[in-house]
Parts: sequence; C-alpha cells; structure tokens
Amino acid sequence: MGVTMGERLFVIGNEALGWGALNAGCEAYIGYPITPQNETTEWFAQEFPRRGRVFVQSQSEVGSINILFGAAATGARAMTSTSGPGWGLMQEGMSHLVNGELPAVISLVQRGGPGAGTTRHGQMDYLSATRGGGQGGYKNIVLTPASVQESHDFVQLAFYLADKYRNPVIVMTDGLLGQMAEPLELRTLDFGSLPQKDWAVRGRANQPDGIRRAVSAMQGLMPTPPHPPYTGFLDLLKVLDEKYRKMEESEVRYETYLIEDAELIIVAYGYTARVAKEAIKWVRREGFKVGMIRPLSVWPFPYQIIREKASYGCRFLVVEDSLGQLVEDVRIGVQGRTDVHLVGALARHDPSDGGMVLPDSVLDEIYRLMK
Amino acid sequence: MKKELVSGLPKLWAHHLAERLECPGCQYPIITRIIYDVIDELGIEGKTILINSSACGYGIVLTTMMDVMFPNHGQGIDVATGVKRLLPDCFVLSFGGDGDIAAIGAGAFVNAAQRAEKYTVIMVNNGHFAMTGGQMAPTTLMGQVTATSPEGRNPAMGYPARMAEMIATVQGTAYSARGAANNPANYLKTRKYVKSAFQKQMDNVGFGFVEFLSACPTGWHMTPQESIKWVEEKMIPALPLGEFKNVETLE
Repeated sequence: MGVTMGERLFVIGNEALGWGALNAGCEAYIGYPITPQNETTEWFAQEFPRRGRVFVQSQSEVGSINILFGAAATGARAMTSTSGPGWGLMQEGMSHLVNGELPAVISLVQRGGPGAGTTRHGQMDYLSATRGGGQGGYKNIVLTPASVQESHDFVQLAFYLADKYRNPVIVMTDGLLGQMAEPLELRTLDFGSLPQKDWAVRGRANQPDGIRRAVSAMQGLMPTPPHPPYTGFLDLLKVLDEKYRKMEESEVRYETYLIEDAELIIVAYGYTARVAKEAIKWVRREGFKVGMIRPLSVWPFPYQIIREKASYGCRFLVVEDSLGQLVEDVRIGVQGRTDVHLVGALARHDPSDGGMVLPDSVLDEIYRLMK
Repeated sequence: MKKELVSGLPKLWAHHLAERLECPGCQYPIITRIIYDVIDELGIEGKTILINSSACGYGIVLTTMMDVMFPNHGQGIDVATGVKRLLPDCFVLSFGGDGDIAAIGAGAFVNAAQRAEKYTVIMVNNGHFAMTGGQMAPTTLMGQVTATSPEGRNPAMGYPARMAEMIATVQGTAYSARGAANNPANYLKTRKYVKSAFQKQMDNVGFGFVEFLSACPTGWHMTPQESIKWVEEKMIPALPLGEFKNVETLE
C-alpha cells in the first residue's frame, strides 16, 4: 500500500503497530505466529520486504528475541511482537537486552492466562512486563495504548525511549485493541534529538575511530576491553541503577479524566480504561463524582498522583481484565491511606473466553461503593 | 612440498589485550588461530563481526581487535541472524561449543540452515560441557564418563549427535565439514575447511558449518598427550573427518 503522511486509514490495532514502526524508521521486524497478534506479523511480511526492510519469521519466540538482539546491536531500529506463551519464552532474552544495553521495541498483545490460557483478549501479563519477568531483576518502560491511534503513536515513542536509554521498551496492548478497527491518522512524531549509536557493531573498518566495538550480554561478568567500560559487576549495576532512576524521574506518563472533584478514582489502562470511561460518563449524569487516572506508562508507574489523591481521601477502584495485577501498583501508591477495590476478570460478562469486563460490572461496583 | 607456518601468533591475535585464559592443552586456541589466519588471508578483518556464545571460547573475543559480540549461551546463532540480515555486506562468524549448538541452540542451528542464512557457524566439539565442570552433552561418546554420566554414556542416554552430517542434509546448507587438529595434516585440512566455509559466505551461497573436534584435557581428566590420543582413538572413529556438503548453489 502506498501511503502518504496525514492520510487516514481504517485499520486494526495490530496493523497500527506496524504503521507506527514504519513511521518510526524501524528497519527490521522479527516474529513468530501467535494469536491474537498474527496481523502484526502478517503486516510486516507484507509491507517490509517491498520497502527493502528486513522481515524474519523466526523458529520460536526465543529465536525472535535473540535475532532482535543481533539486529539491535547493529544500531538499527528493530522490533518483535508477541502474546501470552510467546512472551513467556522471551523473558530470558529481555534480560539479556537490558544487560547488553540494547534499544529494541517489543509489542505485547496480551491474552488470557496462565499457560495457554485463551487465544483472546486479557490483561494478564502486567506483572511480568512491569517487574522484569526474566532473570536477575531489571526494569523496562512499558507503554499502554488504549486505541488504534495510540498503538501507532506509542510504538514511535517506544523507539525514541529505547534509543534514549539503550534499554528495551514494551508497547503493551491486548487482544481486543489488537483486533479492533478504528480510524488511524498516519504521522511521524518528533520527540527530539538522540545521541549517535557509536557503540554499535558494523565491522571495525566502518567504525569512525577505527576502534573495535564489543556488544555483550555478559557485561559485568566478562571484561571486554576497550569497549564497553564496565570492568566489574558493580560497575554495571551502578550504570543500570542510574538509568532506571532517570526513567522513573522523567518517563511517567498518565492521563486524567474528571479527577478534580472526584471522590472515587478509577485506575485502568488499555481496553478496560475505555470501558471504565463509559461507566464514568454514565454515573456523572447521575451526579456521582467519579474520575479516572489512566497510566500511559505502567512502568514507571504514576504513583505520585495516586498518592496525592489518596492523601485527600479519594477512594480507588481498579478495573482490569485479570485477577488483580495493576491493583498491586495502586495499593503501593495509596499506601493504606484509603480503600482500593477491584473489578477484575471474574466480573466478565460471559464465562467463555469471549467474555469481557463491560461497563455494567463497573457501574455495579460504583453504585455499591457510593450509594 | 609447500611449507606452511603452523607456529607463532597470527597477525590478528592482539596478545596485549588479554592473557590466554584456556587450560593447558586446550585446543580452543588452535581453532581460534585458524580463524584469525583465514580472516587475515581473505582480507576481511575490517568487515568481520565475530560472535562467540561458547563459554570456553571467550578467548576469541578477548584477543582480537575485530568487532565482537558476546551473547548468552546458546544464542549466538540467532544473534548472528539479526546481525547478518541488517549488515549483509559484513562477514559474520558465530563461534560456539557443542553444548551451545548441539544442545540449547540446536533449534536455532537447524532453522538458520533451513532459512539458508548467509553466515558461518563453527562448533567446537569437546564432547561435553567443559566450562560448567564436565557434564554430558548431546555429543558425548558412548561409554564416555562425564559428571552426569558417571558410569559412562549408555544407550539409555541416547547416542552422540553428528551435527556436521545432520546439517548437510538441510537444503539451505552450502557447506558442512568436520575437522580436528590431532596432527599437522588434520590441522591443515581443518584450515582448508574453514576457508571453504568462509568463502561460501562471501559468495553469498548459503549456511556454512564447520565442526572442530577439540581435546579437553581438564574436562576429560587426562594429560594433553592422552587427550590427543582420545581424539584419535575415540572421537574420530565415531565422528569421521571430512566434508559432508560443498555446493555452489542451493537449488
């Protein structure tokens, strides 16, 4: 498809991830089939080779994340996408990307779990995405779009943040956002300048200073003079610690909706944030003072605004399609100052895997808490 | 007969970067010097990216001034795919051990060949996991005693993997060979295999593979002389040397 900037398309969220990557200057995509994100892999297969960009269908998600490691080491913008069990397989590689300080983007289209769970929507990878699901305890930014347009835009932001911090960034949607069609405006977002990737491997003769580069997933363990500079394990930990602190200071993103006078604040991300918004519109007409904080990044998490609102006595209701994962972060923010309630996956409207958390369940809980 | 230099350090061996770290009698430095020699001969030093994912092989990334990568155990092949796809004009070598490639990386190995990835893999086969203390590997010979086959490998533990023969059956493979360095003749043959494999990549034909039978006196609890004898009397009969595939085109 030949497309011009500013053009509007009607596409599903999984395709919007691809358009976002294209507009971010992504040069390589690696993927393995898994539902409900196959449209992303198929989009790249269709659109990347014809533009002279790299598409690799790997033998597994372990393969995807490690091919991504290699692609990112060359300094190219590269991406993979996955869901559910594939996300599980990528955990070791995520940890190695962090150790090797490689920028890369991973889109995670959440489905139900545990195990194979369901092939449809869910929000059940929150903790493994925000808590460093692999070995060794690491941090990575997790962005959470709630629309097709945001899926497109947040992939561009993710590439920028990955390059800024030399750390992997996750764009976390869910099967519902992935499968849902909405209008998409194609646009290239400018987030500012970035440092040159002078650490990348490209063959010593291609290095401007003629000095070799070493990209290692064993930083802190194996000395690799003269690049990179870490000679000991603690040197590596200090650098990573500083990086995580900087991300926590600078990269918290959230959106608020009617929280100024709210007595009850809903916290939700992704599809359940849209569900919650419907419920809020409904109860506002009846005079209930309910608002919403929607994290756009779930790591780093907007603890500050939640802490502030809790200190004014606001009560909290978390709406998420899991047995309760986001709710743990809200409890950390509230620090026991007020009560925190949950409308979770058990409130789905239908017992099959097509069941959703719908506004009705959120309304019921609001009435229960406020009437 | 033409005489060739088989002693002294290759030009690319940047000895000042690190002391050799291998155990006495280890043959990793021998395949390392073959690799350096061939890269030097082909004049591709400046465009080489050398990826080592073998624990005992880290000397190869420490002793060269070429661009290097050190991914995790078992992942050197997938990482090479990422590098080569983005930098098709670079020369990419993935260097690993037998645990690395025949065990944890076997899926990546077979699939890289099936996708006809255009880079070279060298597998150093010492018949066990050396760095972790000498446990059984897929390549362990029948009867061989390791830390996890204390009575010797028996049929209940399966049979030794023949990686060079196996990968030769894959259509995407352009070159597959097995060499050793138990004597100067085999050393020179191995050097020829490595050069042929590298040339396949430079000609953009397909996946190239060389397996190297490597003595490990420490892991095998032998003297260096005994370990060379073991290579000759046990390994080579079970894992014959030679070329298993050498094609100009994959069609």
